[in-house]
Amino acid sequence: MSKARVLVGTRKGAFILTADGKRQNWEVSGPYFSGWELYHLKGSPVDPDRIFASQTSGWFGQVIQRSDDGGKTWIQPGTPPGEPASAPGGMPKGESNKFVYEGVAGTHKWYDGTPHPWEFKRVWHLEPSLTDPDTVYAGVEDAALFISRDGGKNWKELSGLRCHSTGQTWQPGAGGMCLHTILLDPKNHKRIYVAISAAGAFRSDDAGQTWKPINKGLRSEFIPDPDAEVGHCVHRIAHHPSRPDVLFMQKHWDVMRSENAGDSWREVSGNLPTDFGFVIDVHAHEPETVYVVPIKSDGEHFVQDAKLRVYRSRTGGNDWEALTKGLPQKDCYVNVLRDAMAVDRFDPCGIYFGTTGGQVYASADGGDSWNAIVRDLPAVLSVEVQTLP
Amino acid sequence: MILVVLPAHLRTLAHVQGDVQLEVAAPVTARSVLDALEARYPMLRGTIRDHVTLERRPFLRFFACEQDISFESPDAPLPEAVVSGREPFFIIGAIAGG
Repeated sequence: MSKARVLVGTRKGAFILTADGKRQNWEVSGPYFSGWELYHLKGSPVDPDRIFASQTSGWFGQVIQRSDDGGKTWIQPGTPPGEPASAPGGMPKGESNKFVYEGVAGTHKWYDGTPHPWEFKRVWHLEPSLTDPDTVYAGVEDAALFISRDGGKNWKELSGLRCHSTGQTWQPGAGGMCLHTILLDPKNHKRIYVAISAAGAFRSDDAGQTWKPINKGLRSEFIPDPDAEVGHCVHRIAHHPSRPDVLFMQKHWDVMRSENAGDSWREVSGNLPTDFGFVIDVHAHEPETVYVVPIKSDGEHFVQDAKLRVYRSRTGGNDWEALTKGLPQKDCYVNVLRDAMAVDRFDPCGIYFGTTGGQVYASADGGDSWNAIVRDLPAVLSVEVQTLP
Repeated sequence: MILVVLPAHLRTLAHVQGDVQLEVAAPVTARSVLDALEARYPMLRGTIRDHVTLERRPFLRFFACEQDISFESPDAPLPEAVVSGREPFFIIGAIAGG
């Protein structure tokens, strides 16, 4: 029997929610890594029982966890306890929580425009390879892209991104200077997209060695230059695997669309009540069906009019309909953070999102109706879903 | 034998319950204790000290014999009571966040 497994990262641990293909009755397990912030968990598309998790803490820093049995047990990849940390010859064994920038880290711009040293803080997003279960990418704060080719034991920076000629001018967004989105192109394995707050979107066509800003057409009120190459606060990018060149973006303000792998963008906010927001995702079987959750404003990070509404466009943007059945329509003041929406591969497609109020909502009918799988988790940071045979 | 008291979250990471006992060669200093701790429990690397600079993480403090020794040289000898194992070397997470 097929199964849905939802991986939820929260401010105080991780939770795994499972149901059969009907997606009506859910079992909740967790918390895993209780008391830690779980920024993101994601399973390998090649080996779904292999799940990577970013466990982080202001006190104790970054930890990478890996499960090889679908989340039942977890290990920190690398040296087991009690074994020498160095192999014969002195080479260090795996250190799965070691993220060190290549070369001299240098500086980027701080909020006030002054130079600020690049400092690793945490892993925001983990993106397992589409073809190799041992390869996984990590998007980190301060913004950089790392890769592990040994199941998370060792990490190496793909420094061409951070060392891009514009890198010294990047500035953090309100949440820090985080690389939060990594999209892998299923048709072109050398193509990777990333997004950074608040530097913008970037594309590599050589497997991460060199990068190009892809922000033409974005307009940001706080940037005086309307043609600025970088500096845009991109919140999320999504694409459909069958059409990876068509990108959808939730920017700080504005919902955008690109037909050409990000070379240019046009606004498709259309009739949204507000075009501020964080999440955006694409229906599993309808490449022109897109979902967003509008948020009132950057000063008030909660939904507009105290109503939690997912908006769906079946036309690739511009024409949006509010989806409200089963969602609270009064006295609601939650946010939905950028990594907290996912779609499954069932037919009909399931949509999932988590809120800062601790609810995880699921729709098993493409968004027409919603139910809360759980209502009282810690604030939700990320939601991913696996469709299992 | 040096006795080290870890915060609860680090005990969980290291898969230990209670205090940790370490053999540390003289001279016993904060640095040599932490080196021995990380050698025994490699998963703690980076959680107490920065991976590269080996500086103490900002929200952690080191205590010995009821004294905050966080700002002393990591190469300063620890008190004899810690060296003899009568008093533990404490690694404490700051109480912060309200």
